[in-house]
Amino acid sequence: MIRGFFILLVFQLIGELATRGLNLPAPGPVIGLALLVVALVLTRRFRPFDEEALAASDLGQAARGLLAALPLLFVPAGVGVVQYLGLLRDQGVALAAALVVSTVVTLIATVGVFLLVKRLAGAKGEA
Amino acid sequence: MTAFRLWVYLQTTPLFWLTATLAAFLVADLLAKAAHRHPLVNPVAIAIALLGGLLKATGADYQTYFNGAQFVHFLLGPATVALGVPIFTNLALVRRNFWPLVASLVVGAIVAIMSAVLVAKGLGAPRTVLVALAPKSITAGVAMAVTEGLGGPAPLTGVLVIATGILGAVIVTPLMNLLGVTDYAARGFAVGLASHGIGTARAFAVDPVAGVFAGLAMGLNAVVTPAVIPALLPWLVG
Repeated sequence: MIRGFFILLVFQLIGELATRGLNLPAPGPVIGLALLVVALVLTRRFRPFDEEALAASDLGQAARGLLAALPLLFVPAGVGVVQYLGLLRDQGVALAAALVVSTVVTLIATVGVFLLVKRLAGAKGEA
Repeated sequence: MTAFRLWVYLQTTPLFWLTATLAAFLVADLLAKAAHRHPLVNPVAIAIALLGGLLKATGADYQTYFNGAQFVHFLLGPATVALGVPIFTNLALVRRNFWPLVASLVVGAIVAIMSAVLVAKGLGAPRTVLVALAPKSITAGVAMAVTEGLGGPAPLTGVLVIATGILGAVIVTPLMNLLGVTDYAARGFAVGLASHGIGTARAFAVDPVAGVFAGLAMGLNAVVTPAVIPALLPWLVG
């Protein structure tokens, strides 16, 4: 567990250094995520392991534990809403309408394009 | 007198607010479980409401609260990296869906920004609110950095990001069922793109493949949206 958490922190740290040092547009944790996938692909090439071995490993356990707690991790930032109760009274309707409409439209557009392109790619025999 | 001193200690110690954060979430999660994970009973929203009420009742300010809660907030970074494990496990599925993924990523990111800004502008929201609103679909830390870069109010973006996350998590299941979408890769990708980590958490609660694609969408959109906003926003906001 400690070793698994250590691995995650090291990849995040490398990600943070890379994004600052190289002025990359992506945030540190996202670079860390990409590097972790690459590292796992390379590791499997030289020292094959299966899905179960990964799940049972320190890394697999730490990742599963953190992802199970994911909803909790958004609570502290969300409580920040107490600082904006005044603004919400003034702009609440505009903000609520913008968020609801945008979320629905974005979900429909994304799922629509995903399924459309999947069908087109499939028709060409690429699926 | 001793009781009062104890109360003063409690209100200012990070330990109390950290404990309260976990307690609020456990209560919220019990309620969600009792409601059989009904999308309307969102544990993040309930926990925020409970803690907001506690802050109001005790008169503690957000900074005092965050001194304790920051230990939870910090874990967002390593948790994002941890998404690499399920994505790696499902890499074959990701490769098979490469083109749908790229196309819906670009379209979805642009639609998310434009629709929010245009609706709020139409309803008369001021420019600073529009700037804070633009990156609302991406993960909190990155969205706040984008707003800050444009000279907008970053903490407001943080709140709008969480609200968007909760909305997407609440809406996605009924909406996709209504549309008759049964492809869990597509459903997950949509909610991860529109509603970042909170949508991803919801997707993992519904289906493991949906969770993987949601995590992927969240990671990719955290790269695309910051790249697109500087080009789109001057044109949208005027």
